[in-house]
Amino acid sequence: MTFEEIQKQAKSNWDSQYHGKAPHILIGTATCGRAAGALPVVEAFSNELAKRNARAKVTEVGCIGLCSFEPLVTIIKPSSFTVCYNNATPQVVPTLVEGYVLGDDPCLDLALGTLDGGDGKAVYIPELSRFEHEYRLLLRNCGYIDPGNINHYIANGGYSSLAMALQMEPDTIVGEIKKSGLRGRGGAGFPTGRKWQQCREASGQTKYIICNADEGDPGAFMDRVVLESDPQQVIEGMVIAAYAVGSHDGFIYIRAEYPLAIERLQVALEQAKNLGLLGDNILGSGFSFDIEIVEGAGAFVSGESTALMYAIEGRRSMPRARPPHSVKAGLWGKPTVLNNVKTYAYVPLILARGADWFSGIGTEGSKGTAAFALAGKMVNTGLAEVAMGTTLHELIFDIGGGIRSGKKFKAVQIGGPSGGCLPESMLRTAVDFDSLRKAGAIMGSGGVIAMDEDNCMVDTAKFFLDFIQKESCGKCSTCRIGSKQMLDMLEDITVGKGKIEDIDWLVEVGQDISGGSLCGLGRTAPNPALTTIRYFRDEYEAHILEKRCPALVCKELIAYYILPEKCERACEHCVLSCPVKAITTNEKGIKVIDQSKCTKCGSCQLVCPPEYNAVIRLSPPSLVPVSGAKTQE
Amino acid sequence: MKPELVDILVPNKKDRRHLISLLQQVQYKFGYIPKEAMLAIADFLEIPESTVYGIATFYNLFRFTPLGKHPVKVCMGTACHLAGGKLVLEAMARELDIQVGGITSDQEFSLDRVACVGCCALAPVVVVSDSVYPRMTPPKVEEVLVTVKPVSQEQPEKH
Repeated sequence: MTFEEIQKQAKSNWDSQYHGKAPHILIGTATCGRAAGALPVVEAFSNELAKRNARAKVTEVGCIGLCSFEPLVTIIKPSSFTVCYNNATPQVVPTLVEGYVLGDDPCLDLALGTLDGGDGKAVYIPELSRFEHEYRLLLRNCGYIDPGNINHYIANGGYSSLAMALQMEPDTIVGEIKKSGLRGRGGAGFPTGRKWQQCREASGQTKYIICNADEGDPGAFMDRVVLESDPQQVIEGMVIAAYAVGSHDGFIYIRAEYPLAIERLQVALEQAKNLGLLGDNILGSGFSFDIEIVEGAGAFVSGESTALMYAIEGRRSMPRARPPHSVKAGLWGKPTVLNNVKTYAYVPLILARGADWFSGIGTEGSKGTAAFALAGKMVNTGLAEVAMGTTLHELIFDIGGGIRSGKKFKAVQIGGPSGGCLPESMLRTAVDFDSLRKAGAIMGSGGVIAMDEDNCMVDTAKFFLDFIQKESCGKCSTCRIGSKQMLDMLEDITVGKGKIEDIDWLVEVGQDISGGSLCGLGRTAPNPALTTIRYFRDEYEAHILEKRCPALVCKELIAYYILPEKCERACEHCVLSCPVKAITTNEKGIKVIDQSKCTKCGSCQLVCPPEYNAVIRLSPPSLVPVSGAKTQE
Repeated sequence: MKPELVDILVPNKKDRRHLISLLQQVQYKFGYIPKEAMLAIADFLEIPESTVYGIATFYNLFRFTPLGKHPVKVCMGTACHLAGGKLVLEAMARELDIQVGGITSDQEFSLDRVACVGCCALAPVVVVSDSVYPRMTPPKVEEVLVTVKPVSQEQPEKH
């Protein structure tokens, strides 16, 4: 089949589903949608449609990035407007089928808004204020096309860049990528075109292309969403890269923790092969390239490029010293190009729309867009894609909707465990490779986690150090021993055993780890501790000097207390919830916590009805009134 | 060699590079890596037993004790940590009366902590078997466990 024939077939398949006579129901079933309960909704639709003998098609799509509204259901109706329903449950399915699939009532009270048309009767989703700040390239198809149907990708322009690339000189392609200014999206931001050129020029017949999908940063899930929602763009990018550098074997190294992404990738690879877009003699050009999926085995350090190559070879993934660089001697000692999922996904777009178009987006040193996973205490958790240079403030407040429950913003953690915690005063920082580095954080793989007044910065630093210390591969003693030392000091501080000189010690050890470690993991490991000390030193001092945790988090420094004047005597919620029977009722009927038994699990505070709100936390624990403690029988 | 290993140790996998993937398949099949399997793999790939053991213990995915019928994984990623994941983990350990890495005496539940399951928007989350339970709290732990394994002998109080 020629590419024109493939396109024609794809178009007719797409049109029959999206512009056909029958209503078309899209349901987001990426991992986050599933976690929110999307699969029972799919089942409910199938049952209801069968029961009523309704002619409508249900398609499982990926994630649109509005995680807090999952499960999302979109109903496309010929000659009427497209409506998107949020937080769908199996219970509302009969109403939607009755109302909009079969009838003319769009059930707007259940809807998030409309995706086209609507005549102003409901919110027009593309006009939501957050989209004014977004610029969606990688996510353009996510949540709209069926990731399990290659025709949808092709009908929306997919693989035309590959067809074009195969007619071009490989050097011209490398030149275009260089000109576009694309930098690697794995975190370090190395210029992609330069990497390709070096690999192309390296001597040797066998060369490898690797896609790094080992998205290990806790709090980052953009790569997962891209792979689960629109995997073909990554495959197309890899094939173009292979043609440009002269490689015939590719690998996608992906976390085993992402089973759905692996499954959807396998389907995508098979479909691409069946259409002759992958495998032998691609589109009749004589060029052959195949891709193998390699599942990771759960080591954070495998995300480092040299370590990842050892993992594919079946060895311990421990980073090695460079040079030689991977582009000259990488996988099995052969020249290798390794790029992140998102980096490959940009490639087809750059070729289709031109290097000048791409370099027109973003800032001087960082071109294009950046995808971020918004998590933590934000209102609109989910995915966002913005032009490089957008400020953190826009990301958190205009797109993320600010902090939940009217709490006060305290810090944003950006760049995963190797990133830093930035305070409010740094919110004007632009998100691009260079500005973030200057502020003490890094772009990393793109996790943005907002913290509010209830989060303790010392505890946060301890959390990241604990992670790094467990994940350190152990090769460099600075990282292996230093991270343990820092963790011990932070542990002491959070339990009230810290000494004031520990703060300076932490900085000193941190600098030694940065300076003395081989890989990015070690060099950036102290960042969370160093930035929290830099911006929140007062919290460290409160823990050390006053044995007080200002955010009321560190267990050893807090106590739970029931306010006698607020306690509703007849209510037994806290007593029943306490797993260690530490709460008793005193002679006046008021509930009292026995501090010696309390394990500080927080259950009593969670179950105390909001109208009483009688359970509070105090720090330091010595603030608990003695009389309260004595009234226990 | 255990008969179950015959399907895994197939000739086209007889290459050092397949070591990790062989271990993964063993784990998918048994839920953990038995010592005999490691010995068999070393024999099959003709590499030292210590190499197999070294690789298996380097990667976090692998475990050396059996998994419960309903494996419980408490997410301890950043978003889950900030939302109180540790309290959920402690509640789970208390409710099941086992330590992290342990298994209940009836082999029904095993408890592990994982780094991030990528559902940060729903933090804190717990994964039991393959189902993700969003927005967990210590009081919800008991409810989840009862849904997974209904208490059949004892009459629930609510009825």
